[in-house]
Amino acid sequence: MVLKAFFPTCCASADSGLLVGRWVPEQSSAVVLAVVHFPFIPIQVKELLAQVQQASQVGVTVLGTWCHRRQEPEESLGHFLEGLGAIFSHKPWFQLCRERGSKSWSCKATHWQGPASPAASGEDQVMLIFYDQRKVLLSQLHPPTALPNRQAGDTTASAGGLAAVFDTVARSEALFQSDRFDEGPVRLSHWQSEGMEASILVELAKWAAGPVCLFLACLLSLISAASACRVFKLWPLSFIWSKLSTCEQLRHRLEQLTLIFSTQKAESPAQLMRKANMLVSVLLDVALGLMLLSWLHRKDLIGQLADALIPVADHVAEELQHLLQWLMGAPAGLKMNRALDQVLGRFFLYHIHLWISYIHLMSPFIERILWHVGLSACLGLTVALSILSDIIALLTFHIYCFYVYGARLYCLKIHGLSSLWRLFRGKKWNVLRQRVDSCSYDLDQLFIGTLLFTILVFLLPTTALYYLVFTLLRLLVVAVQGLIHLLVDLINSLPLYSLGLRLCRPYRLAAGVKFRVLEHETGRPLRLLMQINPLPYSRVVHTYRLPTCGCHPKHSWGSLCRKLFFGELIYPWRQRGNKQD
Amino acid sequence: MEDEQSFSDICGGRLALQRRFYSPSCLEFSLSCPRITLRSLTAVTCTVWLAAYGLFTLCENSMILSAAIFITLLGLLGYLHFVKIDHETLLIIDSLGIQMTSSYASGKESTTFIEMGQVNDVVINEAIYMQKVIYYLCILLKDPVEPHGISQVVPLFQSAKPRLDCLIEVYRSCQDILAHQKATSTSLEGGDKIISASNRRSHSGMGAYWHRQEDRR
Repeated sequence: MVLKAFFPTCCASADSGLLVGRWVPEQSSAVVLAVVHFPFIPIQVKELLAQVQQASQVGVTVLGTWCHRRQEPEESLGHFLEGLGAIFSHKPWFQLCRERGSKSWSCKATHWQGPASPAASGEDQVMLIFYDQRKVLLSQLHPPTALPNRQAGDTTASAGGLAAVFDTVARSEALFQSDRFDEGPVRLSHWQSEGMEASILVELAKWAAGPVCLFLACLLSLISAASACRVFKLWPLSFIWSKLSTCEQLRHRLEQLTLIFSTQKAESPAQLMRKANMLVSVLLDVALGLMLLSWLHRKDLIGQLADALIPVADHVAEELQHLLQWLMGAPAGLKMNRALDQVLGRFFLYHIHLWISYIHLMSPFIERILWHVGLSACLGLTVALSILSDIIALLTFHIYCFYVYGARLYCLKIHGLSSLWRLFRGKKWNVLRQRVDSCSYDLDQLFIGTLLFTILVFLLPTTALYYLVFTLLRLLVVAVQGLIHLLVDLINSLPLYSLGLRLCRPYRLAAGVKFRVLEHETGRPLRLLMQINPLPYSRVVHTYRLPTCGCHPKHSWGSLCRKLFFGELIYPWRQRGNKQD
Repeated sequence: MEDEQSFSDICGGRLALQRRFYSPSCLEFSLSCPRITLRSLTAVTCTVWLAAYGLFTLCENSMILSAAIFITLLGLLGYLHFVKIDHETLLIIDSLGIQMTSSYASGKESTTFIEMGQVNDVVINEAIYMQKVIYYLCILLKDPVEPHGISQVVPLFQSAKPRLDCLIEVYRSCQDILAHQKATSTSLEGGDKIISASNRRSHSGMGAYWHRQEDRR
């Protein structure tokens, strides 16, 4: 039977001593965590291991001996090491040996039957697997299936062979606190022996994080209390707030900031990553917003924009008027119903006239408004983009109105036509049974019904054309708004911290492991190097995506076409509806 | 110890199978795909540049020519880094697992490791590929819910696509190691099952894998 011994690369150059780690019987593998150097007192070693076991819930024991020989093999050391097997009994007892300066290793695993019959002990083959202890300690496995809970105990942690190794190393922090250079009773060698790692900035940031978080949490709770006050719940204001995407975006950001600066510690690594991602996303947003602001102010674009806004709105209105004049004539060679055409055309023209007057009324205040709006870019690029989207919606409000009029008219006509068509065939819609039933009509009912049906059919092209034109315009505006929302969603949901971590410290996010066979000589045990296989970028984005206030269209292309055909109104951004989901 | 044999793939190209025997419990197979030839490279470059020159004579814009050069270079780099696989390696370690590595022409390596506890069996399957019926080697993964069920099929050597003779070589060695692994794992549970398991697994004739596939269906 082949036993596996996971050996840390940092201990490969350590002096002789005892191997300390965990034995996993289900996988027949031993995970070596540290090496205890001579001289030591066995009682103290056992005490230390008991302490570590209590603190970390990992069954840490003495697994065997480690011998790093010089040129002349020392006979007494060999016998001494073998004698240790009697003091720290463990089945199987590992004896790893390395010649100094060479790459040849030897290892034996014996089942110690007793001092009386050493010849009866069986030997098993051992496979050495080297692992980088620091990287395995810091990394986080992302298996396709979820691991069992940490607090469940020692036995459940052995599910999933290699996950057990990662789990063991990660939970044995208590063992790595003392080092061979410390003055304690027991001198250990592990990954910290290569040099204690700490960063002053990180420590200062941790120390400062407490009061800063408290202060910001209070501030944010004040702001959210103010925004939740009763004044804003009154009907006109609440309706406006729910329609503007800016308010949605601000609310989303407020929620995220509250989560980041909450005084509760993150429970799991996933939550910590989420907080970090949110923080980086907010910081990037604000940075981009400030860049935009400085660019706008440098070229005095706000003034130019304000000056250009009124002529642009006028131009749009003029183009719409030209369009309506074209529709009122003979558009694309089609012959329209004169009377209905004139009625609809004049109605819409009067609307445009009202709109132009409204714009001219607002013109003195435009520059002020735009300047204040430009200031809001310092809250973030996403806020600026949402405001842009809202401004577009406000400026094209007349197109929206025309679309609604056209759609309602068309919808009425279609329903009327379908109902009268059923009458024409002698059928009726049964509301109770939700199906079409046959029905006997009187003669005068049939006569009037057929007459109305004919009228509606002949008026259909005109209404349909107006509906088509205004729907296309509305879809164009919706597409532009949609692109802006897509960009906002991208900035909101991209997990930049995780991507940065994957780029700079790929071992932190592990999809699995990979093995490499090291130089092998016959007669020597097989040596493998276990390295961490990092998570691919697509899986990083998929796993750590931030939830957005994503108003994704709820319907598919098929249902959209169906709604367009029947003249039902389409609402691409269900902002209010999302909150209730 | 190492040995090398040459086989051919389903399209007739030359493949080289390198087998490294590290120990009775560890085996590595490396299959090298046919290299990118100068002829195909020249052909593609000439086509792209002729098309760009044709557009240039139509549009009289010299940006098209520089764009064509850019596209050719970026396309070649992208092809070498993301598409062209140089060799595929299969490493089987008894009681640890099976590892598949694909090395691209630019040196990039992508590795997948499957633990032995998840491996149900390694079999040769048939598939309909375009207008041909081909054989391919695949790993069957265990279903966590049902002990004898199969949850996923992982095909091996997808870019090299070797023929049946090469697959049989790899299959035989894999089955030897799996048999040994199954024997040791069942010996942990109960002694009687060992003999029957090793008898079943030690069939290494061609008829045997047909049997096994019928069992699974």
